[in-house]
Amino acid sequence: MHKEFLMGNAAIARGAIAAGLDLICGYPGTPSTEVLETTAKNNKGDIYVEWSVNEKAAMELGAGAAYCGARTMVTMKQVGLNVAADPLMSLAYIGVKGGMVIMVADDPGPISSQTEQDTRHFAAFSKLPCFDPSSVQEAYDMIRDAFAYSEMYHTPVLFRPTTRVCHGYASIDVKDPEEYYTHKPEGFEKDPSKWVIFPKLSYNAHKNIEKRNIELSDVFSEYHRNAIILPADPSCRKGIASHGISFTYVSEAIVDRSAPKLFKVSTPFPFPEKAAVEFLKDLDEVLCIEELDPVIERELTYVCGKYHLNTKIRGKLTGDVQTAGENTCDSVYCCIAEFMGWEKPAVKEMDAPPELPVRPPVLCAGCPHRASFYAVKTAMKGKKCVFCGDIGCYTLGNAMPLDMVDTCLCMGAGVNITQGIGRMDPGTTCFAFVGDSTFFASAITGAVNAVYNQADMTLIVLDNSTTAMTGHQPHPGTGRTMMGQVVDKVSIEAVLRGVGLKTVETVDPLDLETAVNTVKRVAEEKGVKAIIFKSPCAVLIKPEKPAVIDEDKCIGCKKCINSLGCPGIIISGGKVKIDSSLCTGCGLCSQVCPVDAIGGMDK
Amino acid sequence: MTNNILLCGVGGQGIVLTSKLTASAAMDKGYHVMSAETIGMAQKGGSVFSFLRIGNEMYSPMFGRKQADIIIAFEPAEAVRMLPYLSDSGCVIVNTHPVMPVTAVLKESSYNGEEMMNYLKGCVNDLVIVDGAKACRDLGSPKVLNMVMLGAAIRSGFLPFTIGDAERAMEKNVKPQFVELNKKALNYIS
Repeated sequence: MHKEFLMGNAAIARGAIAAGLDLICGYPGTPSTEVLETTAKNNKGDIYVEWSVNEKAAMELGAGAAYCGARTMVTMKQVGLNVAADPLMSLAYIGVKGGMVIMVADDPGPISSQTEQDTRHFAAFSKLPCFDPSSVQEAYDMIRDAFAYSEMYHTPVLFRPTTRVCHGYASIDVKDPEEYYTHKPEGFEKDPSKWVIFPKLSYNAHKNIEKRNIELSDVFSEYHRNAIILPADPSCRKGIASHGISFTYVSEAIVDRSAPKLFKVSTPFPFPEKAAVEFLKDLDEVLCIEELDPVIERELTYVCGKYHLNTKIRGKLTGDVQTAGENTCDSVYCCIAEFMGWEKPAVKEMDAPPELPVRPPVLCAGCPHRASFYAVKTAMKGKKCVFCGDIGCYTLGNAMPLDMVDTCLCMGAGVNITQGIGRMDPGTTCFAFVGDSTFFASAITGAVNAVYNQADMTLIVLDNSTTAMTGHQPHPGTGRTMMGQVVDKVSIEAVLRGVGLKTVETVDPLDLETAVNTVKRVAEEKGVKAIIFKSPCAVLIKPEKPAVIDEDKCIGCKKCINSLGCPGIIISGGKVKIDSSLCTGCGLCSQVCPVDAIGGMDK
Repeated sequence: MTNNILLCGVGGQGIVLTSKLTASAAMDKGYHVMSAETIGMAQKGGSVFSFLRIGNEMYSPMFGRKQADIIIAFEPAEAVRMLPYLSDSGCVIVNTHPVMPVTAVLKESSYNGEEMMNYLKGCVNDLVIVDGAKACRDLGSPKVLNMVMLGAAIRSGFLPFTIGDAERAMEKNVKPQFVELNKKALNYIS
């Protein structure tokens, strides 16, 4: 045992390695990504690590490995579980041989997600046990428990940290290699009565799952991480139930206070019912502090009804806790102070601060997506168009001045949404923008759908040769794997031609004139066609010499600023200047300048 | 006893690395450390913060308003944004050099950091002003701002370790060819 300063996600990875992990796979998604990356970094070669093309592929691969008796982990963010829901729901019936932990990171806020969905509900829906760690240390320790329960009950289990656990850091106790659990997977043993899902098997499995979950509720009532902490004052008839990172906010709020009775729920499903009854005993009122959905609150309300307990359960459903967004130390303190009747501290009023500059996220200086959006915008000027966007850095193309993302829904949706708009709004020229990683993850079926159903649309693939948004993971088009192999690249152009597109043009978006002309020409064609804008992510390449503005030539029209919105172009002392610390010398602004005042790059 | 530290600024200023280094120096002194920071979308030109806690009795990596013993602000407006977290007896170390957001450029805002500095001077008793732009010019590199800020923070006496401790932690965390430059930056006094 020794101390290390680890990110929550790194702790989960290291905990899994210490628990004898044999295989890990997943699809990148904030806040889950670093679990798999950390495993790859710490892999001595005995763990198989892969970024799968999407979460469904990962879930199925993980299942296969677990059928062999391997300890497997599948990682994704919460919306990724929607993609993997199909195999997950059936796998819950089939079960596993080796321990299988499905690590799904939830994102209260949401900070970088489309939804505030709660994986604890997904656990109840799929009837799978769920673990909810509250700190970096607990995440490290709990992974071992998750594998043990999974193996003991032959079922996959969900492990759902939230953003502040995933991305929090702490100096924690970690095991030395000689303390690691070791084992060897036996391999696949044929048994159709076990591994082939049929209605008869499902009926029997369903009965067994319900029976097992009643048993697990009892087992989890004894699980030491589902803790009841007695009040400082034994006559206190109030209690607080919480979970995850919110439990630490509760702990912070009651430091130096006469604490009420506490219930920390680490396994929201199956809910530890007996422990809940024990907690509710002698309490008049309970406040549930939760993030996302009121899972504990509903369970406790149910337990009160079932056992005829006269405890009032409060929380989100009663309007005592905010229904959306993440909790903070402050918000939790306020809820508890109100509940406990504590006097609120007097806040000294400060003078109102000056208006603060807003800093919405923008595409990086030199980002090739900026050039792609600008080329399409320029080519289609004055025409009625719809630009359907997708999930990735390029969602930021929605910001002014580009304003080139009309819709964004979920991974791979844009290519299908644009077809729907085209059907009902025939005068519109339809575009869909999709990144290279998203293309492989979930836009290929959309392209096939368009070809088969005779859609009229242009697919724009923004190929920057990486999964940029989540921190530059490789994908099938990059020719690199997480095991360090260099492999044949899967060609986006060949895929598109293979599914029946006749026109597929590959263009460098930073060559503005060619890019604009290509868009004009291709958009005129009938049917489904594609343009691949290929240029590497600006963060990954060595920058060229920064641009320089010739002050004698510059007329101060600010066309560069007002049409591109590049953070590398600034106004200083009333003049347009290049911020040479940010400029990558991409040369886009020099092609936009009407008086040829920008130069100095190598290009 | 717990030290609550808040580092803030704009993506790309080296805030996350500074937070790691501070944690490393504190751990070498035997302290328990926790931190939390912005990640992802916020890095792309957005506001970046890192909560860092050094001490014993603490549960959450983040802390509430009025709890920061020290705010190390790499940008004046970001200092003002995070000021509600400063405790009444807390200290602010601030770099005077403003970073213009792209939206301000588009709207031709007059933001230049000065009114932020004036506001800070008006309401923070213990304010340490660092001319980060000058420091970087004097040291010959725009990449040393974070070490200049950390050095100033240590000298303020609000961190539980010395410049020497920070140097040792830095040596473990940066490439050998940058060690000398970063040492100079840690010891830079304007």
